Amino acid sequence: MPTRTTSPRFLALTVLTAALFVIACNAIADAPREITMGLVQKIFYFHVPCAWLLMLSTLVCAGGSVAYLFGGSERGDRVAVSASELGVVFGLCVLVSGPLWAKAAWGVYWQWEARLTSSLLLWLMLVAYVLARRYGGASARRLAAALALFAAIDIPLVYFSVRFFRSIHPSNTVVSTLGPGMRGAFWLSLLAFTALWWVLFSARLATENTYARLVDLEILLDQAEEKKS
Amino acid sequence: MLIALKDLRIEGRSREVLYTMGFSAALVVLVFSFALASATDPAQGPITAAGVLWAATLFTGTVALARVLDRERENESIRSLLLSPAPRAAIYAGKLIATSALMLSVEVLLTVLVGVLFSAGVFSHLGWLALVLVLGTLGFASTGVVFSAALLRSRSREALLGALLFPIVIPVLLAASRATACLFDPLSPDLEPVAFWVRFLLATDVIYIALGLWVFEPVVSGE
Repeated sequence: MPTRTTSPRFLALTVLTAALFVIACNAIADAPREITMGLVQKIFYFHVPCAWLLMLSTLVCAGGSVAYLFGGSERGDRVAVSASELGVVFGLCVLVSGPLWAKAAWGVYWQWEARLTSSLLLWLMLVAYVLARRYGGASARRLAAALALFAAIDIPLVYFSVRFFRSIHPSNTVVSTLGPGMRGAFWLSLLAFTALWWVLFSARLATENTYARLVDLEILLDQAEEKKS
Repeated sequence: MLIALKDLRIEGRSREVLYTMGFSAALVVLVFSFALASATDPAQGPITAAGVLWAATLFTGTVALARVLDRERENESIRSLLLSPAPRAAIYAGKLIATSALMLSVEVLLTVLVGVLFSAGVFSHLGWLALVLVLGTLGFASTGVVFSAALLRSRSREALLGALLFPIVIPVLLAASRATACLFDPLSPDLEPVAFWVRFLLATDVIYIALGLWVFEPVVSGE
């Protein structure tokens, strides 16, 4: 994990991500058009990776929260904050791209069905986490960590909702039914998005680490001044 | 258990929360019935009635949570409670039982009121309805106790409690109001979806209470 955004490893990762995005965009453009939906189907290459990153962010946030809540790990707390904010961003991408596709495929932007509802709930919990962290003051840190654990319960619900409930959302097996041209483009896109997530996460965590160090230094400075006087 | 008894005994003496909660909950139902009176389509009746019942429950639950834990803030008695040798899990269970009992007693009143104002078939499946009410309330209180305990010292707790709690309890609320809507339907008392939602509620309650027991200790000891 690069600790500074100026480190060569971080720069290399950024360049690699950019290159992956160029390749993935080309592959998506070259991928065969879906017969019934045409161009609209290509939202899929954006929507599914974002949904995966929403779940990944929640999982990382919950993991960091467990480390903080039960192990007292400050680092875990910083990891959780960084992941939660990314989860909000990618969740928003899911919730915007989904309805755009749904309007073309189902004729409506939104349907109250299991997967849509559970994804929206997951996103709302992450938003609540960020709100608590920003406006809750010091005591809200533990509270937010507890919230992250409750959000993690929602992940299996989102993932399996298409199986448990009668749902009109395409099922999880849709990837294995893709044609070869589409499948390659999909996995490339997934890889590019995950790399982007890693870049953003590293940058955010580096900021959080720097901030924590700054607070420590400030405390040291105060103590030194007190001693002098 | 003792904590639940203590809370309920204080409540029994003063009836402060019960009366204010009951009254404000009744007002919520009335406001809904004024707003929806002209718009109520007979086919949508049961769904509206169930929605109103659970929305009012949500409001009263939030009030109950604030009061049940506020009492510990006055005179800093939460500190002595936490210092006492009682296991944290017992404190959690006590608060959970006290909150649920308070909410349930108000819900009885609410159900009758909704039955009258929205002409819902409240009494057709009383046993099922009671089960749904108990499970829904437990689901709400199990998370609510954790969050309001953690927010005891926060400045903006009233605003934050809603923002944090509602996203988590929406699944419980959704399942409970779906089940209630099926039960209120006078024409087709179809019990199959009710059984499904009750199972869903049961599973959610078990998970929430287990997680609540697990998380309560680290969350509160940080205070």
